[in-house]
Amino acid sequence: MNAPRCNRRHLLASTALLVLVDTPSHSRVIRGALPWSPNEAYPPERVLPGVWRFFNADEAAAIGDMAQRLIPADGASPGGGDAGCALFLDRQLVGPFGDSTWLYMQGPFAVGTPQQGLQSPITPAVRYRTGLAAIATHCRANFAGRTFPALTGAEQDALLSDMEAGTSGIADFEDKPFFEMLLANVMEGYFADPVYGGNRDMAGWKLVGFPGVRYDYRDVLARPNEAYAGLPVGLTGRPAWDRS
Amino acid sequence: MTRRLPATDVVVVGLGWTGSIMALEMARAGLRVVAIERGPWRDTSTDFPTTTAPDELRYAIRQDLFLRPAQETLTFRNNLGQTALPIRRWGSFLPGNGVGGAGVHWNGQTWRWHPWDFTHRSATIARYGQAALPADNMMQDWGITYDELEASYDRFEYLCGIAGRAGNLGGELQPGGNPFEGPRARPFPTPPMNMPLAATMFETAAAGLGWKPFPSPSANMSTAYTNFYGCRLGPCTYCGFCERFGCGNFSKASPQTCVLPALVRQRAFEARTDSQVTKVNLSTDGKRATGVTYVDTAGEAWEQPADIVLLCAYQLFNVRLLLLSSIGKPYDPVTGQGTVGRNYAYQVTGGATGFFGRERRFNPFAAAGSAGIAVDDFNADHFDHTQVGFVGGASLSCIPTSGRPIGNRPVPPGTPRWGAAWKQATRDNYNSTTSVGIQGSVMGYRGCYLDLDPTYRDALGQPLLRMTFDFQENERKMGRYCIDRTEHAMRAMGANQVRRNEHTGPYSITPYQSTHNTGGAIMGDNPTTSVANKYCQSWDVPNVFLAGACLFPMNAGLNPTGTVGALAFWAADAIRERYLKAPGALVPT
Repeated sequence: MNAPRCNRRHLLASTALLVLVDTPSHSRVIRGALPWSPNEAYPPERVLPGVWRFFNADEAAAIGDMAQRLIPADGASPGGGDAGCALFLDRQLVGPFGDSTWLYMQGPFAVGTPQQGLQSPITPAVRYRTGLAAIATHCRANFAGRTFPALTGAEQDALLSDMEAGTSGIADFEDKPFFEMLLANVMEGYFADPVYGGNRDMAGWKLVGFPGVRYDYRDVLARPNEAYAGLPVGLTGRPAWDRS
Repeated sequence: MTRRLPATDVVVVGLGWTGSIMALEMARAGLRVVAIERGPWRDTSTDFPTTTAPDELRYAIRQDLFLRPAQETLTFRNNLGQTALPIRRWGSFLPGNGVGGAGVHWNGQTWRWHPWDFTHRSATIARYGQAALPADNMMQDWGITYDELEASYDRFEYLCGIAGRAGNLGGELQPGGNPFEGPRARPFPTPPMNMPLAATMFETAAAGLGWKPFPSPSANMSTAYTNFYGCRLGPCTYCGFCERFGCGNFSKASPQTCVLPALVRQRAFEARTDSQVTKVNLSTDGKRATGVTYVDTAGEAWEQPADIVLLCAYQLFNVRLLLLSSIGKPYDPVTGQGTVGRNYAYQVTGGATGFFGRERRFNPFAAAGSAGIAVDDFNADHFDHTQVGFVGGASLSCIPTSGRPIGNRPVPPGTPRWGAAWKQATRDNYNSTTSVGIQGSVMGYRGCYLDLDPTYRDALGQPLLRMTFDFQENERKMGRYCIDRTEHAMRAMGANQVRRNEHTGPYSITPYQSTHNTGGAIMGDNPTTSVANKYCQSWDVPNVFLAGACLFPMNAGLNPTGTVGALAFWAADAIRERYLKAPGALVPT
């Protein structure tokens, strides 16, 4: 999420080393005062629609449709596809989440008990790439050449339900792990701050009545059981203030 | 090749709560102090200002502030018959990293543990007899009493500006406080937090059930506060981004808000970050530490000689460092011999979630990590255990810590996980659902311990720590008993529907439960059954002192940070007032 920061940190470390101290090690050394430098807060990179970075157009269309079935549109509330879950996931998958950079990925890999948690060497990026290909192959073979976006809503729901239950029969495909990852990531996209590309127009926050990142709710606490009247605000403001 | 640096008086391993407190106390005593921290430097204005801190995806889901398992993790198994496998992604608990440690991203629930906790073995035998002790238990008293620690608890509370209402002032019970707490010399430094609606409903319901509810003690500030080091905190704004987040508002006690501004002004102090200590170095006879070795960001190893070594890493990693350094005898679960790794314990969690219907608005987003109501009637030995078939207990509490919507979207049992019905249920229940939880004690057991893994290694090639742990029947009974009571409370609060939350089956490292890992380097009065004496001093290497929850012989039904902080002040006092005058073992063996 913040790869550039490491470089700046190391630069700072070496600067501090030269200026402040005589300790020769490549540690960051703090002495005498709290270190501070401007713009050190490293905000997240704002995701805006544009060229896909991880998915190809077919993959993105399939993910968008899956998100729209998992979180359907109803009344005035947009669905997961409408709200940008595919864009969100596209950008997540080119970051440290996609290749499990922060996780312990040393072998040997073994099949553990359920209590031992994640033990797979397959990263999210690989699971999406190979999983979407397996789903596309399955759909073409079983639905007269149609791919996932060309299926009816009922057909899409049935296939997702089968994946959830582990009964999809899709070849070369671990359907349950794929479905669990997809469901978690779509929910993340729908409810995360809009800066990450999903939750467009704060659809997820409006659905539940979450006001976002206002950071001061003393007035709300003082009026128990009353509806919150304000509109949600994200890290970049809100759509009505949009500066882009 | 390891290169040697100029010697210092004190080297501190880990710059979180205990490392920063002890470093400052040592520097104020006139000693030269070098603190070495595995992770980065972190501060409020640079790392978690209000403009970037409230980001659920980044901090709560992707775990930006925590130790990254790629750098260091541990392996896990439920019992000796299994092969431990690495924890590749954090779940059950979330170890901190970097300056401030887990003190950056805690909720701030700050308790004194009960007098019973410190003498839980002898007190259980005295009241119920030897037969009341659970099978395979390794229960042992701490070697220190609540009364001895009272002044140190007081210091940590006044360091942090803890918000609360006293229940026992010098032996006199106070209305509205916790009547089960040990006697305190003076009131909390600041008044209780304002309460969310769910907490006030729990308070009323608990009182109606004959229990004794009180405000949970809080390191989120109810008012501005200046501590005795001159560090100032501002009032909490109930933003709902406490646990897993740094506070951008200077409203949560942390090393950053309470200690570091004073610490860095000490001329005799220096911090080195992004530097991983790999070993405590010993003299050839193994009886004296000569300093530590650490590896910097370039992968180069450095030796930092020191007269005193303070191990202030997180509980798990302090134990690992002892094992990697061959300090003390590793615990063997087959023979029951050895000390390092012994009595690893965890906590029992669970509770009840109540669905109240659309007319109720809890506004769960208006919250703080510690603003809530607790009940201590079923904790420790506050009730007669004669008929219940277990020892220990749990605190009950309603502390609605957040309404962040990726993680907090409760729907009634039976709701589909996706689709139109899921969406409608999510819309209907987000604002009208709340929970009451338990936090329960766990005793030491023969088969629950820590050692080094024979297979898996960290990025530097050193063996990972291995955890062997499962909940025992005593704790499962206690959990059921206390979770039953959260269900009673939730019905008394008027919920239309109540869901019971109980972990059944073997302990799993997947769902988040609690970052309250304890034991493995426990304190006690006997060097054959403990790692450290009552002054947190290694029995084996007397110029090594330990800090943190690794010292706890058992885990209580309360959050550990109050006791962690108290022991840091206690040990610092012992070093300053006893050890420096006569360096050597403070308790004869």
